[in-house]
Amino acid sequence: MTVVERREIALVDLLDRLLAGGVVITGDLTLRIADVDLVRIDLNALISSVNRNVPSPFGD
Amino acid sequence: MTGLRYVYAVCRPFDAALQAQLTGVSGDPPRLLPHGGLVAVVSHVPEAEFSEGALRDHLEDLDWLTATARAHQQVVDALTAVTTPLPLRLATVFRDDSGVRVMLQEREADFRRTLDRLEGRVEWGVKVYVEAEPAEQARPERSAASAQSAPKPVSGRDYLRQRRRQTRATEDLWSRAEEFATGLHARLSGRADDARLHAPQNPRLSGAAGRNVLNAAYLVARDASEEFVEMVDRTKDDAPGIRVELTGPWAAYSFAGEAEGDRS
Repeated sequence: MTVVERREIALVDLLDRLLAGGVVITGDLTLRIADVDLVRIDLNALISSVNRNVPSPFGD
Repeated sequence: MTGLRYVYAVCRPFDAALQAQLTGVSGDPPRLLPHGGLVAVVSHVPEAEFSEGALRDHLEDLDWLTATARAHQQVVDALTAVTTPLPLRLATVFRDDSGVRVMLQEREADFRRTLDRLEGRVEWGVKVYVEAEPAEQARPERSAASAQSAPKPVSGRDYLRQRRRQTRATEDLWSRAEEFATGLHARLSGRADDARLHAPQNPRLSGAAGRNVLNAAYLVARDASEEFVEMVDRTKDDAPGIRVELTGPWAAYSFAGEAEGDRS
């Protein structure tokens, strides 16, 4: 087994925290998009853009 | 300056200065907006980019999302160096300073309680992967040469036997991985003040090799962090086919909600 300590923060790790974590503030004062919309940043949209730039390691 | 207010985090007042070159989302340097006994860390963002409709479109643009998430993280990270910030969800935007002040006032009791809970603590991320091609690793008797050209089964019975052996090896690795992840999570939770499980990451998005079976976050006191990291590091026992990844220290993003973890 290997324990890997990454220096560069991976985007997915960041999104796990920034889109699912953090204090949620709701109310008329904020323009924060609703959670529903965050959920809609579905992996599909991201995956397709990731795959445009980076060839899939699984060769689709 | 006009524009909207992007809020990164809420903190208790602190003396240290933020890094001079620190820039926030959209390139505007973050500044402190004190109100009552709390401080909001804010920067100006253009309405054209952060109005509700624009935001919705931008969040599906990977380049924009990446840049915004990294800028948000950079500010929170800089705060982590000087205080214990309570990070807000990505893209929390207010119309103006007074909106931010009203929010600080309304949520003051909540914020104080959460800041107390997080004080002096950081978050560590631990992921466990089952490496790809488990069958090869679990069957050392098959040489590299035979991997090139797998021996053709001579009969249907041989074929089935081969398949069964493969399936068993894969199942074996899976159950070992599950057992390993469960045990590791229990041990690490025992050393942490709190723990959260994130959904396993999609390998097509992460680009990581293997299947992610544990994606956890642990809230750990700063002065217990070295020990915690060593504990993760000690998992280098003999567990072939299983990989552990550690990330952090992070601001306590995964622990910013209610203590029970139920955010409705």
